[in-house]
Amino acid sequence: MEFAGFRSRLERLGGTVTSQVWRIGYASRFLAYLVLHSGTALRRFRLTVAQVYFAGVLSLVIILVSGLFVGMVLALQGYETLQRFGASESLGVLVALSLVRELGPVVAGLLFASRAGSAITAEIGLMKATEQISAMEMMAVDPIARVVAPRFWGGVISMPLLAALFSAAGIFGGYLVGVQLIGVDAGAFWSQMQAAVDVRNDILNGVIKSLVFGIAVTWISVFEGYDAIPTAEGVSRATTRTVVTSSLAILALDFVLTALMFTGGNH
Amino acid sequence: MPIVEIKNVSFGYDPARPVLRDINLAIAPGAVVGIMGQSGCGKTTLLRIIMGAYLPSRGEAHVLGRATSSLDTAALYEMRRRMGMLFQFGALFTDMSVYENVAFPLREHCRLPGSLEHDLVMLKLQAVGLRGAAHLMPTELSGGMARRVALARSIALDPQLILYDEPFTGLDPISFGVIVRLIRSLNDLLGATSIIVTHDVQEALDVVDYVYFMAGGRVIAEGRPDDIRSSPEPFVNQFVNGRPDGPVPFHYTAPAYAADLELA
Amino acid sequence: MNRSMIDLWVGIFVTVGFAALIFLALKVGNLASFSTDQTYSVHAKFANIGGLKVRGPVKSAGVVVGRVADIRFDNESYEAIVSMNLDSGYQFPRDTTAKILTSGILGEQYVGLEAGGDGVMLKHGDRVRLTQSAVVLENLISQFLFNKAAEAKEPAK
Repeated sequence: MEFAGFRSRLERLGGTVTSQVWRIGYASRFLAYLVLHSGTALRRFRLTVAQVYFAGVLSLVIILVSGLFVGMVLALQGYETLQRFGASESLGVLVALSLVRELGPVVAGLLFASRAGSAITAEIGLMKATEQISAMEMMAVDPIARVVAPRFWGGVISMPLLAALFSAAGIFGGYLVGVQLIGVDAGAFWSQMQAAVDVRNDILNGVIKSLVFGIAVTWISVFEGYDAIPTAEGVSRATTRTVVTSSLAILALDFVLTALMFTGGNH
Repeated sequence: MPIVEIKNVSFGYDPARPVLRDINLAIAPGAVVGIMGQSGCGKTTLLRIIMGAYLPSRGEAHVLGRATSSLDTAALYEMRRRMGMLFQFGALFTDMSVYENVAFPLREHCRLPGSLEHDLVMLKLQAVGLRGAAHLMPTELSGGMARRVALARSIALDPQLILYDEPFTGLDPISFGVIVRLIRSLNDLLGATSIIVTHDVQEALDVVDYVYFMAGGRVIAEGRPDDIRSSPEPFVNQFVNGRPDGPVPFHYTAPAYAADLELA
Repeated sequence: MNRSMIDLWVGIFVTVGFAALIFLALKVGNLASFSTDQTYSVHAKFANIGGLKVRGPVKSAGVVVGRVADIRFDNESYEAIVSMNLDSGYQFPRDTTAKILTSGILGEQYVGLEAGGDGVMLKHGDRVRLTQSAVVLENLISQFLFNKAAEAKEPAK
């Protein structure tokens, strides 16, 4: 009896693993097909431009406002700590490095997943539920090339720009609080920052991170939308899954990328 | 030669439970043909076989002169360009205006100068009487109007074969009459062939030239509308006349009523 | 929202996005201080480089004049060979001294160049012969303690 229970639990675990692996494989095939059929999205670039509008422009406000506040909080907290060591001039370094290396790509990615990713999933899912996807197939138009690919590229283009804007807004917020409010010397704030932040090791790596997050989030979003069960409930569940999976993917990828980029002494 | 020919087709999502069993159809060019039957009798599946979305498990489906099982994706899309399909609730693209919806197939498949595209779209919208609604968005349309726009979209490329999936569902009597008349007139004007899948038997019998009657995945009766109306087949009789009880019982299979109430 | 409005907004978005990237690169990072000019390479041997890193600064009189390009270990002399790329705009005499210095007590380490008086300048591929290794704090402390202990013993004699 004990053994049977253990066995059934093992079977359930095995089943879960198998179906997850199968799903990852399916999603990878979907991505490969999508990239190979991106001709329409690139040839008729206006389709992609419209998606940059929905994914990027409509996320601007939340990204800028969040970035500003994150930078302001970083400056407040950082000043408290640095001041104890008499190093409050390093405030600029702390704010800039935190944002450029980590918080910019990660927080912008999380916001992007919940703002744009969920919208992409819901839109594609609803198009499926209302037979718009089938209608396209019946009109001999490949819905992956016409609907999915422009959304994918729109997201991939938008994300690094949003992350850069987030970091820039955050550094501005840090400047406002650190220099204007607390009174750290402006010259030291900027010059220490410039001395410590490296274009290749810090900024370029941050941009690479945001690009990777953009690909991951948009991929998850379009896949969940296209794979959604075509009912109201199915679409809402797919939308939730997009936000949860994207967030986990961002955090896990961030760990991997950080380990690859910033350890080993920058050699 | 028939434009659609279904030969001994069987199909099942799960081999153990076939949805279609040994179906035979031959649809002549120019006809308006009804495929009727109860919900769940397999008629939508049959439609999907005709449009090449599913391949028959056994038998052959010849559509527009070619067997669907012999087509690769490119050839399938080539075939579908010569087909139009009206979905149950229209399936209009909600992010595009009425004009853009009708122009969609033209823009995807032909490179037309703007003025010619405009003229073609207006021609199709005029045919369904909605030229004045060209600038509206699908959310601003009533159900009947949406159906008519979808019809205009499905005939945008002048198809040889038009498929209708439950075109009458949820329409008010006026819209209903409009759609019925449009199906007939567009078929004759375009010189196309139409297949209507529906369970609105009484009304559909007035438009169609020939009827296939399906039940349980088989064709149980076929003929001209008058033959169907006077069919001796008890199931057809029950269906056409809308009797609540007959070969299709009113009660879903259940244990004895008395036993359920614990009277016995 | 019509087409031209969408195009306009996307244009604005892409422009400010790139502006943010340029801001990060120029104002936050040190791209501006990167000289795109020609550099020349010199190398030096040190008995101990301490915590010097590749891409660390090379300074003279506190001005950044180049970057550490490469750090290797020499199997024959058991010393570290540090290659530096110096900006061609800055010329140093052949008898320049290279020191490994620390900014602040615990800050990052850099190579400091102290010009000598020779009339011949360093060329590409030359070696800086006069060097001074990094001060290793542990050695300094143990030396200090050792001296103290020795002092303490002497009067007891």
